[in-house]
Amino acid sequence: MSAVVEKTEQIVDEILEVYSEKTLKKRAGHIAVKDSPAGSDCSTCAVKSNVKSIPGVMTARGCAYAGSKGVVWGPIRDMVHLSHGPIGCGYYSWSTRRNLAQGRPGVDNFVPFQFSSDYQEKDIVYGGAQKLEDICREISGLFPLAKGISVQSECPIGLIGDDIEASAKKMQTELKLPVIPVRCEGFRGVSQSLGHHIANDTIRDHVLGKGKLADPGPYDVAIIGDYNIGGDAWASRKILEEIGLRVVAMWSGDGELETMKLTHAVKLNLIHCYRSMNYIARHMEETYDIPWLEYNFFGPSKIESSLRAIASRFDDKIMENAEKVIAKYRPAMDAVLAKYRPRLEGRRVMLYVGGLRPRHVIGAYEDLGMDIIGTGYEFAHADDYKRTIPQLKEGTVIYDDVTEHELDGLVKKLQPDLVGAGIKEKYVFQKLGVPFRQMHSWDYSGPYHGYDGFPIFARDMDMAINSPTWKLVKAPW
Amino acid sequence: MRQIAIYGKGGIGKSTTTQNLVAGLAEAGKKVLIVGCDPKADSTRLMLHAKCQTTVMDLARERGGVEELELGDVLMTGYRGVKCTESGGPEPGVGCAGRGVITAINFLEENGAYSPDLDFVFYDVLGDVVCGGFAMPMREKKAQEIYIVTSGEMMAMYAANNICKGIVKYAVSGGIRLGGLICNSRKVDKEYELIAALAERLGTQLIHFVPRDNIVQRAELKRMTVIEHDPSCGQADEYRELARKISDNRNLVIPTPLTMDELEELLINYGFMDAEEVAA
Repeated sequence: MSAVVEKTEQIVDEILEVYSEKTLKKRAGHIAVKDSPAGSDCSTCAVKSNVKSIPGVMTARGCAYAGSKGVVWGPIRDMVHLSHGPIGCGYYSWSTRRNLAQGRPGVDNFVPFQFSSDYQEKDIVYGGAQKLEDICREISGLFPLAKGISVQSECPIGLIGDDIEASAKKMQTELKLPVIPVRCEGFRGVSQSLGHHIANDTIRDHVLGKGKLADPGPYDVAIIGDYNIGGDAWASRKILEEIGLRVVAMWSGDGELETMKLTHAVKLNLIHCYRSMNYIARHMEETYDIPWLEYNFFGPSKIESSLRAIASRFDDKIMENAEKVIAKYRPAMDAVLAKYRPRLEGRRVMLYVGGLRPRHVIGAYEDLGMDIIGTGYEFAHADDYKRTIPQLKEGTVIYDDVTEHELDGLVKKLQPDLVGAGIKEKYVFQKLGVPFRQMHSWDYSGPYHGYDGFPIFARDMDMAINSPTWKLVKAPW
Repeated sequence: MRQIAIYGKGGIGKSTTTQNLVAGLAEAGKKVLIVGCDPKADSTRLMLHAKCQTTVMDLARERGGVEELELGDVLMTGYRGVKCTESGGPEPGVGCAGRGVITAINFLEENGAYSPDLDFVFYDVLGDVVCGGFAMPMREKKAQEIYIVTSGEMMAMYAANNICKGIVKYAVSGGIRLGGLICNSRKVDKEYELIAALAERLGTQLIHFVPRDNIVQRAELKRMTVIEHDPSCGQADEYRELARKISDNRNLVIPTPLTMDELEELLINYGFMDAEEVAA
């Protein structure tokens, strides 16, 4: 065992030491240190995942409602998403995810709005069926161009047993509009991950296959699992179109119900966020025989290898186009590297994010000469870690559903030059004087995907790490 | 003020028994409040000579919330000054009736329904204790005494035993005690012996055996208690006796619920098997 592995393992042990025996035993299984080089698997560093968080540890996880309303359904722009239940869940999930959408608000884009059924005591006691129906009528009256309504259940809906399926069916007939009941009550499951699955299943049952693509072609693809954070999906779509593919539907960043209905007609599904949308990709594979391919559009190395992998699923023309596109953007990417790599070379990064980024952004950092020394997921499953571990260098620490205490300790002891995580972690580490970037929302920036995104990504990381601010925040005593 | 909750299997006669015994207490000069904890709102019909029209939850729903209610809107006065109120709630199969009971009881407390001049508050609670809402009257600072209405029928006894399990839970945290079983006779064979034995096994008493008499149904059709309908009949005296026994009762215990096997054994020893053997 190398010295770096040994030292990191010792640090992990010291951090876990403060726990009670029971908690220590549970948490120890969620943290590992890779003891083999990049490119190889590591049997000893499989971590436990997708199990209940321990009360009191301050997990950063969300709930099933967050996974359905916030992640999967919310970005679909031409329909209304109703937060069904008391006001809090709706209010605090309003515009928190930066999934950009085109269109005119209130006409063909409802993403900037927040709809809540604002449950009151009387709705709990008497049930909210009538209220739900009234709200659907009101939505259809106020926004006649909305293409549908999704009903995102908050906890009380499941507790009191409201029959939202019956109300939705009635309203669908009356309003001649898809009204889709989603049973994503927050208490279900261990994290937002179950919400993704539930949302996938409802899209499968109520959306997929409901339309007919007028002019199917050999180059039809769908982008699956790109939520258009800061315009990511637009940057990705542009490249795919440039190599000659036709993007029929985007799931679900800047997505439209109308085009999602046609997705079963595509030739290949391209999966960016595997965790949140592998379910629908597998369903389309089984039901419509549509193959799917995971790709990664963070940083030029991964973009290039992904473009080649995607193009190889098509004909010579597409493969030639891919090479042309790669060659076309190479000088611009080289310029970005020439500018930023000298400023970032050798800097060490720790990540703690959600669905795909703890592994997908590694290549972009490495393009800039930076090292990932720790990474982990809030709500991953075993298949995510299986995809992640081979990409990590020896000595990298891997942490699942990391607790505030553990991440705090790891950052203090490993002293990375940059932490990339979410809003819950941001100010903790900035106050410690550690440069930080939000890797869920891109910190009001983006896109980070594609050739458009990489220059912004490189600039943002440089801005965070090399800001002169850090020289001023240390107390002189 | 003594706060008493009446529990028992659905349809066993909790509301009828409660109102008839309250009539006995009222006749003896006691001041009583009945709180109906059942969305059907039929716990005060015999007192008010009509089904309660303004329940706490129904009125709250109409006006937007309990904040919009005054106590006077939902507190009625019935036979011999007995105060009556009903929680109300949804029709079967929708919403959360248990939450309705919680909301209604909180409203009554916060608005001073439990005035110091009252001698008794009776909670008449729907069927089995199906969720936390229907256990509300058992919680701290609410009812201190529970009486369970049962009969010699197996499911009524089964329900009584289950309710005792609920009492044990709240006895530890809130200090509630079981005052006894009231047998509302269904004319089952050896019914008295059976319920007396059940009471003994539960560590409590059969406080009174109310015989079956059709006059109860006749009085109900006239929306009256037996004591009001025919004060001189024998059944009226039975309810007066029940009222007196409850009024005098000091035998309050934490029950000792039976296992399912023990309950079945009891039935075999006192009840059906014996009767069947005789028939054979």
